[in-house]
Amino acid sequence: MKIVLRGGLVIGPTTSALTDIAIRDGVIVERGTSVDLTNAQVIDVSGCWVGPGLVDLHTHLREPGREDAEDVASGARAGAMGGYTALTAMPNTEPALDSVALVSFVLAQGAKTPLDVAVAGAITVGRRGELLAPMAEMAALGVRIFTDDGTGVQNPLVMRRALEYAKPLGVRLAQHCEDEALAAGGVMNEGALSAALGLVGRPALAEELMVLRDIELVRLTGGRMHFLHLSTGRSIALVAAAKAEGLDVTCEVMPHHFIFTEERCGHYDAQFKVHPPLRGELDRDALRVALHTSAIDAVATDHAPHAPQLKELPFDEAPAGMLGLEHAASLTYEALGEDPSPQQFFELLSRGPARVGQLREHDRRVGLSAHGGDLSVGSDANVVVFDPAARWIASKENLASRATNTPYDARAMLGKVRVTIAKGRLVVNEGVLQ
Amino acid sequence: MSIRGSNLLTLGGLSREALLEILDTAESFVEVNQRTVKKVPALKGRVVASLFFEESTRTRLSFETAAKRLGADVVSLAVASSSVKKGESLRDTIATIDALGLDAVVLRHRSSGAAEQVSRYVPHVRVINAGDGMHQHPTQGLLDAFTVRQVLAARRGLSGSETGSSLFEGLRVLIVGDIRHSRVARSDIAAYATLGAQVRVAAPGTLLPSDISNWPVEVVDNFDEALEWADVVGLLRLQQERGTGAFVPSLEEFTFTYGLTQERAARLRPETLITHPGPMNRGVEVDSAVADLPSALISQQVSNGVPIRMAVLYLTVAAPKENS
Repeated sequence: MKIVLRGGLVIGPTTSALTDIAIRDGVIVERGTSVDLTNAQVIDVSGCWVGPGLVDLHTHLREPGREDAEDVASGARAGAMGGYTALTAMPNTEPALDSVALVSFVLAQGAKTPLDVAVAGAITVGRRGELLAPMAEMAALGVRIFTDDGTGVQNPLVMRRALEYAKPLGVRLAQHCEDEALAAGGVMNEGALSAALGLVGRPALAEELMVLRDIELVRLTGGRMHFLHLSTGRSIALVAAAKAEGLDVTCEVMPHHFIFTEERCGHYDAQFKVHPPLRGELDRDALRVALHTSAIDAVATDHAPHAPQLKELPFDEAPAGMLGLEHAASLTYEALGEDPSPQQFFELLSRGPARVGQLREHDRRVGLSAHGGDLSVGSDANVVVFDPAARWIASKENLASRATNTPYDARAMLGKVRVTIAKGRLVVNEGVLQ
Repeated sequence: MSIRGSNLLTLGGLSREALLEILDTAESFVEVNQRTVKKVPALKGRVVASLFFEESTRTRLSFETAAKRLGADVVSLAVASSSVKKGESLRDTIATIDALGLDAVVLRHRSSGAAEQVSRYVPHVRVINAGDGMHQHPTQGLLDAFTVRQVLAARRGLSGSETGSSLFEGLRVLIVGDIRHSRVARSDIAAYATLGAQVRVAAPGTLLPSDISNWPVEVVDNFDEALEWADVVGLLRLQQERGTGAFVPSLEEFTFTYGLTQERAARLRPETLITHPGPMNRGVEVDSAVADLPSALISQQVSNGVPIRMAVLYLTVAAPKENS
């Protein structure tokens, strides 16, 4: 069946064009203002942005181990609702994705979904930060990102060896930047508010020191590093300076860090507990400014489903993390400010992350299609339609995710994903899963 | 804002008038506690649940005594005998007890914010924080201020309520010890500062909160000189595990630097008062002989616990909410 997206503004990497797009057999077959409509499902998308499907570098799909919170299938549905056509399953599952068998399992689960589910493998065995996991074997399955996310690799010697080992494999390490010793088991940002609330703080320095350390390890080894979920202005400045020096470093930021401040923790609502923690206004604003620069390669979600009873524990005992897939596009649009550039929007949410995750070329070995492209004729049909004029209210009642731990319940949202086409298949239409 | 008909979760944000209302109400209950029949029927037929998820002797006893003297029925949940240890969530525990028809919950919990969280689960029940983690211990802050005012007023031949907040104006209060981890310090500082006192704190650098510059206090650099300055010295309990190298090299070193030894106590002016929330580590934060000085108000603090908690229960549960 042919699908025609009619009347939308098609967003290329540098220019936009009012044109129709026709999709058939998984690829874009035609562009122009007079595409053939015979036997086609025509979707009127006038007033909307038509861009490459969104790519998440940081998705906790919880399978195997915590399927009560999410699994690959439910996470993929949430991703599709959010406009994503590719997700990156993080390896902090139970057990951790640190072997060929486990990576193959998640890739197979991903292949059953309409989306492309890439897998990030663990850097160390069991994510314990001690012994290197079989990165070469996992890389042979198509794994392009390795991380111990959840916590960072604490031991600098282990990280040095991992960078040296990963370099010839052509893969990138991704670091959860927090020095856990300095973070001292903290549960929110350290500052006046944490002191008043009687909660142990995680200082910004715990993050910044780790960013600094790993930039220096990249300099030492010539390796490649992606910095996960940076939350402070200084972290971003450190990465920007390292890029200017020519080091191969990339970074991502999360909507919750550029939307919220630590004030949200003021009433001990564990929905706002996340690592790294929500920071102060200065850091939030620094992230918003940096969204317009080349310092930031990607907006990622850190989509972190948790079973509801766990978020009802006391704040210090509740697990960290919040949902993100279904709202990231709208929140990024909001944070880009007045008259946001559609190029920058798709750079942050699709083209940038596709470059970092090496998802721009299709990979037949693992059946992954190409993402973050220019929507030219012949390219894989991973397409999203975003309506910048839409206004809606987010609700935890109608999430596609199995979990409900969204911090955005009842928030007024700007812009909405209307259509998601993944590998040529219409997965979401008019904001409804097909 | 008065605590009438409201929860009592923190002393932060309570006005001077609201604090005085509680102190004055407590004063009227002191007399009840001196009668042969120590009961008033203000909470007759009301149900107060006492939920202590953390070990406590005096606070629990004091709250339960207060509730009973007001005529309330007390439902008491002891952690060891409850299903909490079987993995039941705080929310489910509260819901179970709420089914008994509660008017108030007195909650002690090791996690900061637990009382506020519970107040969201049972919005129709008045929640009284009996100590939550490192956050607040409001009734301790109230009874400390109450005790200090009572003693200072008696020296002038007056009752506390006759003096209002005047005796706190410019009163020099020195709080010593583990400020960082202390809920008592947070409640004391809020109470004293709101009532008009000048508050200074003395502690090793590791036991000060990370952002003390935003607190209404001054940090003293010379503890010994500050002892001469103080009208009231508020000692805090040092948790033994804090003095094992992580925060303070040893308990001995803490005593050497910040303990109220006999030598240091000699620097206090004769009229200076000493408070301690208990239980004391005699020989650590306070010398045993110093703890027994007449200027040490420790036993008055304990006995004032009951009227303060009667006042809090009465105002939160029985008094009509203000229209403002």
